Amino acid sequence: MSQNFRLNTGGLINRDKPIEFKFNGKKYIGYEGDTLASALLANGIHLIGRSFKYHRPRGFFGAGVDEPNAKMQVEINGCSEPNINATEIELVNGLSASSQNCWPSVNFDIGAINNFLNRFFPAGFYYKTFMWPKSFWYRVYEPFIRKAAGLGIASLEKDKERYEHKYEYCDLLVTGSGPAGLASAYAAAKNGAKVILAEDKPRYGGTLLTDDVTIDNLSGKDWSEKIISELKEMPNVIVKNRSQVFGYYDHNMMVMFERTGDHLEKKPKHTPRQRLWYIRAKEVLLSTGSIERPIVFGNNDTPGVFLSAAAKEYMKVYGVLIGKKPIIFTNNDSGYETAIEFKKNGVNPIVLDTREDQNSELINEAKDLDIKIKFSYAVIVAHGYKKVKSATIGKLNKEKIDFENTEQIDCDSICVSGFWTPTVHLASQSGNKLKFNDSIDAFVPEKSKQNEHSLGAANGTFTLQDTLKNSFNTGSEVSKSITKKDEKIQIPNTNERKYSAHDKFWCSPLPKGKNYKRFVDFQNDVAVSDIEVALREGYRSIEHVKRYTTLGMATDQGRTSNLNGLQLVANVEKKIVPQVGHTTFRPPFTPVTIGTIVGREVGKEYMPIRKTPMHHWHEKNNAVWVDAGAWKRPRYYKRGNENLFEASKREAKNVRKYVGVCDVTTLGKIDIKGPDAAEFLNRVYTNAWLKLPIGKARYGVMLREDGIVMDDGTTTRISENHYHMTTTTAQAANVLSHLEYYLQIVWPELNVNVVSTTEQWAGAAIAGPKSRDLLAKLFPKIDVSNEALPFMGYVEGDLFGVKARIFRISFSGELAYEINVESDFGLFMWEKIIEIGEEFNIQPYGTEALSTLRIEMGHVAGPELDGRTIPYDVSLEGLVSKKKDFIGKRSLAKEAFNKADRQKIVGLVPLDRKSSIPEGSHLVENKNAKLPNPKLGHVSSSCWSVENNNPFSLAILKDGKNMIGKKLFAVSPLKNTSIEVEVMSSHYVDHEGKRVRS
Amino acid sequence: MLNIKCPYCGDRSQKEFAYGGDGTITRPKLNQEISDEEWDNFVYLRKSPRGKHIELWHHIAGCRQWFKVERDTTTHEIFRTFKPEE
Repeated sequence: MSQNFRLNTGGLINRDKPIEFKFNGKKYIGYEGDTLASALLANGIHLIGRSFKYHRPRGFFGAGVDEPNAKMQVEINGCSEPNINATEIELVNGLSASSQNCWPSVNFDIGAINNFLNRFFPAGFYYKTFMWPKSFWYRVYEPFIRKAAGLGIASLEKDKERYEHKYEYCDLLVTGSGPAGLASAYAAAKNGAKVILAEDKPRYGGTLLTDDVTIDNLSGKDWSEKIISELKEMPNVIVKNRSQVFGYYDHNMMVMFERTGDHLEKKPKHTPRQRLWYIRAKEVLLSTGSIERPIVFGNNDTPGVFLSAAAKEYMKVYGVLIGKKPIIFTNNDSGYETAIEFKKNGVNPIVLDTREDQNSELINEAKDLDIKIKFSYAVIVAHGYKKVKSATIGKLNKEKIDFENTEQIDCDSICVSGFWTPTVHLASQSGNKLKFNDSIDAFVPEKSKQNEHSLGAANGTFTLQDTLKNSFNTGSEVSKSITKKDEKIQIPNTNERKYSAHDKFWCSPLPKGKNYKRFVDFQNDVAVSDIEVALREGYRSIEHVKRYTTLGMATDQGRTSNLNGLQLVANVEKKIVPQVGHTTFRPPFTPVTIGTIVGREVGKEYMPIRKTPMHHWHEKNNAVWVDAGAWKRPRYYKRGNENLFEASKREAKNVRKYVGVCDVTTLGKIDIKGPDAAEFLNRVYTNAWLKLPIGKARYGVMLREDGIVMDDGTTTRISENHYHMTTTTAQAANVLSHLEYYLQIVWPELNVNVVSTTEQWAGAAIAGPKSRDLLAKLFPKIDVSNEALPFMGYVEGDLFGVKARIFRISFSGELAYEINVESDFGLFMWEKIIEIGEEFNIQPYGTEALSTLRIEMGHVAGPELDGRTIPYDVSLEGLVSKKKDFIGKRSLAKEAFNKADRQKIVGLVPLDRKSSIPEGSHLVENKNAKLPNPKLGHVSSSCWSVENNNPFSLAILKDGKNMIGKKLFAVSPLKNTSIEVEVMSSHYVDHEGKRVRS
Repeated sequence: MLNIKCPYCGDRSQKEFAYGGDGTITRPKLNQEISDEEWDNFVYLRKSPRGKHIELWHHIAGCRQWFKVERDTTTHEIFRTFKPEE
C-alpha cells in the first residue's frame, strides 16, 4: 500500500528520505521525521491494537504523550521492547513493530469474545470472581490472569545497549519548548543564568508548530527556530530535545529521560541508547503545556476517533490526513482550527458544536470557508467495528441531557475536542496544591512548595499574548534574583485568534433504551458504566474509585481520562469536581526504561570491587573468591581437583602443623591520635585501656548503647599518644562513624583524632608453630624470641628495606604474627613470605580455613556477634570492666541480661562424629515433639575440626552454661537434617591458650 | 533526593550523607547513677515528630563531620544546618 493519506505538500518531514519499516510483518514506507504513528496513518493503517480487557479494536487517538492506545512491541537493532508509544517513537530504517494484546492477530483476536461477554466483566470483576476457593489462586486463577493481563512481552535476552546517568546543576530548568518555555528560557538566558531547556519531542516549538499565529510577523515555527538557534549559541544554555523531565523530587531535584540513540539509524559506538539526567535546579519553570480532553460518546474507542488537535498535528507536522470524511465534534473553538486545516487541504469536514449558534473569529472564518457547522449537536455513537464508518448524531435538547432528533451520517473519522487540561503533573509532584479553575474546568497549580512556577497553558493561560508576556517576565524576574542582571527584553507583538467560551459539555447522554459503551479511559477499558458500578457499590474516595476501576492507571496515567472521570463522579454524587478532588500524580510522567534507571550499574559495574594489593597473586594461585562486603577475599586456594572442603582442611592442617599465611588487609584499621586517646579507648571498649604500655596490643570489645556487642578487635599502642585500632572487615565503616559520633557530638572535649587507614596498610597473618622461625628469617635484625616479642607484643622492623609493623596477635589460636606494610609494598611482603616460608612448608590459607581455625578454638566472629548478643552470651564477660563506665555499660545491668538461664555460647559435636551440622540449625530437646517445638538455641558457626578430625560447631544456647554434657538435636528444616549432638565447651582445642603464648 | 548544606563543605546531595537520628538527645554523663527508665528513654525512646525536627547527619562521603539539620519531616524543607556546638 502506498502512502494514500499523505498530503502532496506540507509537514516538517523530509520527503527526500523514504524509510522502510515493518508493521505486523508487512513492509511500509514513511519519511524521515515521521513517528511510527504518522507513518502508519499515512499508509491508512488505523487498527493497531486490541484493548486491555475487552480486546476491542483500537486505533490511534493522540499524537504524542497523550496517546492511550498505540502501545507496540518494537524491535530495533535486535532488541525487542514492549509498550512503546507509536506516537512518540521516531521512524528509523529497519524498525519493526507489532500489535500487542491480541492473538492470533490484530485483525482476528480470539480475546474479543470478552467484548461480547462484557456485561460479565464489570468493574471489580477480578476482585469479585477470583476470591474462592482459596486454593484455586495459585493453580488456576493466577496463571490465567497472568496470561490474560499485561500488554507487551518483556524480552528475556540480556540488554546489549548502553545506558548512562548524568548529573547537572543549573539556575533554571525549563520543561517544554512551547511559547512559554522559549520565552522564559530566553529571558533567563539573557540575564546570564545557567539554563537547561528540555523538550520531549524531536522538534522544538510545541504548539507554535501547529497553531496559526504570528509573533513579530514571523510564523510560530519560524519564531521558535529563531529563539532556539539563539539559545544554542549561548554558552550558559543547554538545549535538549528528545528529553522528558518525568519526575520532580525534593529540593528541586528533577529527573530527565533523554533518548539519545533510538532515532539514529547508525548509532556512534560510544553513544548510549538513553540517558538519565539528575538535574538540581535553583528554579524550575514548568512550561509543560496542556492536553486536549476528549468528549465521551458511544463507542468512542472505535479506530478513527481522534483528538482534534492530534488530527491537526498530523496534517501540519507530518502532512498526513487521518481521514477524508471527518466529523469534528467540539465544545469549544479549538475544533474549528482542525476543521479549517482540513478544509485548506481539500477535505470537507462537518463540525458538530455542542454550543448554540454563535460567532467568534474562528467560527466566522469557518463559516466563510463554507464549512458545514451544526450547532447544539453531538455525536451519540460511532458505528463500525474496526474503523469508523458512520455516526449517529443528534440535536441536543435545551438541558443537553437528551436529543430532539437523531440521524446517521457517513464519516471515516471523528475528531473530538472537549477543551484543554493543563499538564500539572510535575507541579503536583513538587508538592504544589492544585486548585480547580472553574472557567477552564480543570485543575491548575496554586501555591508552590518548592522553587517552581508554572507558565502558559500548564498554568491555564491559553492565549499566546498572555503566555509570552508572563513567561518573559517570570524568566526575567526569577533569573534576575540569581544573577543580579536585568537585561530588558521587548515583549513581541502577537497575532492570534480570540476564542469564545467553551461549553461545559463532556459526555453525550444515552438515548432511551440504548446501552452503548462510552469509554472514559481507553488504556484500561474503563467505561462510564464501570465508574457508576463502583459508586453504586459504595466507593466514594476518588483514590478508591481509581483502584477499583483502574481508571487513570498504567502508562498513560489518565492524561486524557482523569478529568472526565472526575466529572462523572461529581455528576453521580451531585457534587462539583473540586469536592471530588483528584488522585495523586506520581513520577514517572511517561514510562522510562528500566535500562535507563539502572544506567551503568550492571554486571561487574553493579558495585565497586575492593581488591587487596595481593589480589593478583591470589588470582594466579587459583584463589576461589568470596565476597566480604565490597572486598574480594580468597576463600581457598584450589590445588588440582580439590573441592572447598578438601582445600580448606589441607590449609587449616598446614597451619596447625607448620605455618600458613593469610591476607588480612581487609580488616578495618583506624589510626587514633591525641592526648586523650587512652581515655577515649577506655570509654569505647568494655575493658581497661588506661594502662596499656607502648609497644603492646590489647584485645577489646565495643558495645552499642543498648549493650549489644558491636565489634571486636585489637588495638595497639604505637607511641605515647598514637594507637592503631583494628576492626572486623564487616564493621570497619560503622566503627569509624561510631567513633566520630562520640568524638564530635558526645565528648567534643576529648582531644582525639581518628582516621581510617584500612587502605594504607597491607596485612599478612603468619600462623602456625613455624611462624617464629619464619619471622626470624624475615627480620634477621629483630629479636623475635618469646621474651623479646611476647604474645600481644608489638615491634617495628625492616623487611628487606621496607618499613613494617609486627603485631604478635592470633586469630587462629596458634603462635602467630601479623605483619603490616604500606599498601604499595603489600605484594612484595607477600612474595617474600612465600619465598622464605618455603623451607617451613608454608601454604597460603583462605577465609574458610581461617574460620575452621577460629571456630575450633572457640573464638567468636560475625556469626556470634550478630547484633543480638551481649558480652556474657559469647563468654566475653572477663573483658567487661566492673570499675569504669563505658558505652553501653548501663544496659548490661538490665534484668533480662542478668537472668540465670541467659543464652550462652557452647560447642557442639555430632554423636556420630561424622555428620556436619548446618549453620542456622535450631537446637531442640526432642526432634519429634509436637510443633511448635521449643527452640533452645541455634547453630552459629560450623567447621570440620582438623585437630580432632570430626565436625564441630559453635552455638548460642539458652542456659548454655548448665547444658554442657547434654544431648540435643540440631534440626535444619532447610537442609532437612536432624542431627543428635553433644553440648560441650566452646573451646575445643587448646583450652588453656598455651599455643598463642608459646 | 535532599540537598543538604554541610556547615563545613556547603551544598551537597543527600547521597553524600548518612542520617544519624534525633539531634536533640543528650547522652547521660559517664559514671552517673541513672534509673532504668531514664536510661531506656535515652537508648530507645524517640519522638519522631511531624513537622520541624532537629536531626543529626553525618557527611560520610565528604568531610566526615557530624552536624545538625533543622528539617520539616513532612515537607522535607530544611530551615538551617549547623555545627554541633552552635
